Amino acid sequence: MQTIGQQLINGLSLGSIYALLALGYTMVYGIIKLINFAHGDIYMLGAFWGYYAINGLHFNFILAMLSAMVFCALVGVLIEYFAYRPLRNSPRITALITAIGVSFLLENGMTYLFSANARSFPQVIRTVTYHVAGLRISNIQLLILGTACFLMLLLELIIKRTKMGKAMRAVSVDPQAAQLVGINLNHTISFTFALGSAMAGAAGVLIGLYYNSIDPLMGMTPGIKAFVAAVIGGIGSVPGASLGGFLIGLLETGVQAVGLSAYKDAVVYFVLIVILLVLPAGIFGKKTKEKV
Amino acid sequence: MKANFKYNLAWLGVMVLGFVIIDACEFLGIINTFIENMLVTMGINIILATGLNLIIGFSGQFSLGHAGFMAIGAYATGIITQNIATPLGFYLSMGVGIIIAMIAALIVGIPTLRLRGDYLAIATMGAAEIIRILINNFKITNGAAGLFNIPPLVTWVTVYVLMCLTTIITVNFIHSRNGRAIMSVREDEIAAEAMGINTTRWKLAAFVFGAGTAAIGGSLHAAYIQTIAPGDFNIMASIAILIIVVLGGVGSITGTFVAAMVLGALDTILQNFGTLRMIIYALALILIMIFKPAGLLGNWEFSFKRLSRRLRKESAIHE
Repeated sequence: MQTIGQQLINGLSLGSIYALLALGYTMVYGIIKLINFAHGDIYMLGAFWGYYAINGLHFNFILAMLSAMVFCALVGVLIEYFAYRPLRNSPRITALITAIGVSFLLENGMTYLFSANARSFPQVIRTVTYHVAGLRISNIQLLILGTACFLMLLLELIIKRTKMGKAMRAVSVDPQAAQLVGINLNHTISFTFALGSAMAGAAGVLIGLYYNSIDPLMGMTPGIKAFVAAVIGGIGSVPGASLGGFLIGLLETGVQAVGLSAYKDAVVYFVLIVILLVLPAGIFGKKTKEKV
Repeated sequence: MKANFKYNLAWLGVMVLGFVIIDACEFLGIINTFIENMLVTMGINIILATGLNLIIGFSGQFSLGHAGFMAIGAYATGIITQNIATPLGFYLSMGVGIIIAMIAALIVGIPTLRLRGDYLAIATMGAAEIIRILINNFKITNGAAGLFNIPPLVTWVTVYVLMCLTTIITVNFIHSRNGRAIMSVREDEIAAEAMGINTTRWKLAAFVFGAGTAAIGGSLHAAYIQTIAPGDFNIMASIAILIIVVLGGVGSITGTFVAAMVLGALDTILQNFGTLRMIIYALALILIMIFKPAGLLGNWEFSFKRLSRRLRKESAIHE
């Protein structure tokens, strides 16, 4: 019972990172039907920004995370502007290959500039471990969980309550019709990228604190796992992405707990294939019928 | 068959000529081990990229898992030839690799090929990663350390002959009735289905065929390089093959040949630049997609038939 509780806590804190990343995937996919392969690398950029902001500029944690969010939002908007916007009307495969190219560029660019070595993330917050009913909870885990939940609620409010959020929802339903009622397509898509990338930036700083190690290729696997999370939740659905993230986090820690940690990535991919088979629309996704 | 006899003869001539030129250069000492290594890598890349082009360019399905099937071929050769270190053992291992890769492709393909475009890419990538993780943890594959001291049973001649063979088979497959069925699926799946084509079956056929050629490439890689590790077959490896296909032209075997050779030469020249080379490739990939999404050659193919027709027309004008 105690181990289950402990794994639950570990799984939830890891899952909230995946959830933050999955939100970016799901929003971008919902609005322009593109798997943004570079999303995981934006998360890596966020972690690196946090590293330099804390080490070089002596920011405290909150400031480092906020600045990483702003920086990543900027990067996301720039990537959309230069790489994806010229391809908006081309086949989806073309856009996907471009996204792979962007991801490749960011990974190798960062390796070239900062070397491939892993570096340890500065511990701005001293780890304190609380013992509650036999379970160990560190303040960092609480911080990750709290920040992630706060950001998800904020995102939900932005999407549901603001004018820009309404525009986002409209564009994801029908871009042409949205333009007809006076919605600026380019601004809305840029805003979506900014939101998603900001979430990824926050996740990057949080994971730096949690795992204490960052490197230029760190975004690859979590990026794919977060995409799996988005698919499980139903791609295009915001609550689905959060739920999927937590599920993937729990699954991963669960697999580790039963002693199969070497296979934890394989299990996630396997779950993806199974989900695509039995529930292609995901948990919260809408079923779409193909019209001829 | 008879109608194309002349052109088939011309292609045979090209293949023999290529062989004679390389052989002569080898004999005269123009080709040292360094250049031979480059040529063999080009040949293996051509085999791999032709198979991937069949999947991406001709059947229109997006697979990101090519390196996984390559790994199956490579490990089949690595494991079997360490026990049977004869040329026969090598061909046996290649056959085993092809069969296992095709079975794996069937298992992966049957559920995933019902998916569209980008989902398929992620699913195939996941499948390739599963293969890699399994290899990484099995005892028979020696885990993350990989296999070394694989007997060197492959020379450039083997690679050259197999490259020609797989290309001939692939091109003939594309130009057959089945190939046309596959291309019709690419053009419009719904229309193809309405014409009575079993779309899932032909997509699967292209996918399995591509997996088989990937296994051949992997076998040659293992026997020539003599060292393999699971890390050689990660997503980056799949993307490297993808870059060849996209650069040459999605749906052009000629383009694949040109791109594999140009990139192979560039790789050797830029060897000292390491990561910078990867940055250049990534930028090239993005720019080509933005400005020429069909790749440098599009779906243009070099053909002796067209050439002779044009020559005949021109001579007719001069008369």
